[in-house]
Amino acid sequence: MMSRRRRTSDGPGGQHLGDLLPLERKLELYYWMRLTRTLEERLVALYRQTKVVGGLFRSLGQEADAVGSCYALEHRDVMSPLIRNMGAMLVKGATPVEILKQYMAKGDSPTRGRELNIHFGDIGAAGATRGFLGQISPLGDMVPVMAGVTLSFKMRGEDRVGLVYVGDGATSTGAFHEGINFAAVQRLPLVVIIENNGYAYSTPTAKQTAAKQFVDKAIGYGVYGEQVDGNDVLAVYDCTKRAVDRARAGEGVSLLEFMTFRRKGHAEHDNQSYVPPGEIELWAKENDPIDRYVQVLRQREKVPQATLDDIDARIGREVDAATDVAEAAPFPQPLDALLGVYADPPAERPLWYREGADVSSLGKERAEGWGTWDASKGGPR
Amino acid sequence: MAEITYLEAIREALDEEMARDPNVFLLGEDIGVFGGAFKVTEGLLAKYGEPRVIDSPISEIAIVGAAAGAAHMGMRPVVEMQFIDFVANAYDMLTNYVATARYRAFLPCPMVVRGPSGGYVRGGPFHSQNPEAGFIHTPGLKVVYPATAEDAKGLMKAAIRDEDCVLFFEHKYLYRRVKGVMPAGDHVVPIGKARTARDGRDLSIITYAATVHKALDAAEQLQAEGISAEVIDLRTLAPLDDEAIFNTVRKTNRVLVVHEDTRTGGIAGEITARINESCFAHLDAPVLRVTAHDIPLPYAPALEDFVLPQVADIVTAAKRLVQW
Repeated sequence: MMSRRRRTSDGPGGQHLGDLLPLERKLELYYWMRLTRTLEERLVALYRQTKVVGGLFRSLGQEADAVGSCYALEHRDVMSPLIRNMGAMLVKGATPVEILKQYMAKGDSPTRGRELNIHFGDIGAAGATRGFLGQISPLGDMVPVMAGVTLSFKMRGEDRVGLVYVGDGATSTGAFHEGINFAAVQRLPLVVIIENNGYAYSTPTAKQTAAKQFVDKAIGYGVYGEQVDGNDVLAVYDCTKRAVDRARAGEGVSLLEFMTFRRKGHAEHDNQSYVPPGEIELWAKENDPIDRYVQVLRQREKVPQATLDDIDARIGREVDAATDVAEAAPFPQPLDALLGVYADPPAERPLWYREGADVSSLGKERAEGWGTWDASKGGPR
Repeated sequence: MAEITYLEAIREALDEEMARDPNVFLLGEDIGVFGGAFKVTEGLLAKYGEPRVIDSPISEIAIVGAAAGAAHMGMRPVVEMQFIDFVANAYDMLTNYVATARYRAFLPCPMVVRGPSGGYVRGGPFHSQNPEAGFIHTPGLKVVYPATAEDAKGLMKAAIRDEDCVLFFEHKYLYRRVKGVMPAGDHVVPIGKARTARDGRDLSIITYAATVHKALDAAEQLQAEGISAEVIDLRTLAPLDDEAIFNTVRKTNRVLVVHEDTRTGGIAGEITARINESCFAHLDAPVLRVTAHDIPLPYAPALEDFVLPQVADIVTAAKRLVQW
């Protein structure tokens, strides 16, 4: 087992696995990153129109790490995203319509209005499912769960790999520790990605760990570790692909640390008052993953601007069409709340005072505000 | 057929289910080579091999979480908490992740979390607990707690075959004290069905696990004084068998709920509320409770016996009830 640090730059272009991708696939990476950003921008508009019922979680500035890493997986592999990995979910087959319906709490959304935002999944048999698992809010919990998913691959001799994302904050949880340790001991085909975006809600990484860098934890778990520039999509792909290949070859767990920056608040309500002045602007100006990748495509790959413009226009049409479908979708019926807590019984009985009661007026009230968001002002307090 | 112990009945259920379904596997601390702290899984590693009997690190979160992940993929994990007291470490995983999985994400989570539970064994604060109430309170989980060897086997087989997560409490006081002859064939006891452990007409003692035996001893003593006590063994705590509870209330009109768990927030309160809401007109006396005191369970025999419900307490409460 070894741990190595690696920082890549856009530079002149090396011979790593990202660079070696054919242009057609490089343009796919651009498509997924741009789709992520455009879809999130659409969600912001819907949020401000109060059509998004709950909180809105952005991945602005982190699109490369989500897209580049998930792009290294095969269709049969299973990925467990974090709240900033909408891009990874899109790569794995989640659709803009599904995501929009989820955020808008529609009755025919993937979770039929039970869960929020991108907390939904589709896992099971290889081929029949797209292979992404719905996360829950307690952080770190998906690491043990993905240890179990990959344990099933190992027990059944299936040629499948698991990938789980956590943030810098989740590394402080017991679940993260127990999960990666268990997976390491069992030598499971699992890639664990720590997205170090500088902040867990308002808490900077310096208050999360005394370790110099998260990748150092790989040594303690006896797993392969690597740190990579999370805003360089080709480097992210390269690093993840090698970890996925190792997992597939039976070489066990890898712990990857992606260096990036969260340019929006924890959620849309968060005014980021805790970030030092100028830092967000600096990352936006000098280290935007899409801007950087456009430079690579334009200058090194000689892609005409018109090609990128065409992709952008196509994405715009796709997001418009998805929005129309999602907006027209119905909300769930109140009595649907009783269905499916258990397989048996398939439905719960309503409490006696709800039997035959008029429930048509329920669900009209919206939350006043969260954190530093003030609904009455339509913006941060 | 020879008698076997409550503990051997559980092992027999695990063995039969592992033989029946290759997706069933065991995961826990010291369960393989050592056979478990109480030897429940002894011999199963030798019979089924390492992929199906996994010795895990000391990581209750990982054990439960990994079971959930494997269960999503079609496996049927049965995990052991070395002592059920340690399930507290996995409380988040069970209540936030596992219990909600089907409802929030249509994720199947067929798994069993089992472990030695309960007191009367001089185990002290961390080897004696009855933490069932927190899980009964969580929608999405099922909870069983057998009192007999026959039910231990039949409920374990039902739990492994259930499509949802079942918490299987095993009373360690009963492990080797209680024996039974297993019914022939594929012996499965349905989850959600109580059983009448003793017929009676003057009052009903509703209870489960070790206190079923305390209640039966108390009923014997009461019989000598001309009081006929019915004893209902709940067997399953979530979902509760309302029908069985209400039937016995309508029959005897007097109810004593007994459990070894502490009093405040214990399931006796819930049972009392249900009787109150549905059978008030059938009651000739208020529902009474005999439970543990609201005290962490102490080690010394004199202290433990004081805190936990005893046969004499049940007799005292039963007499008060019939004299109401």
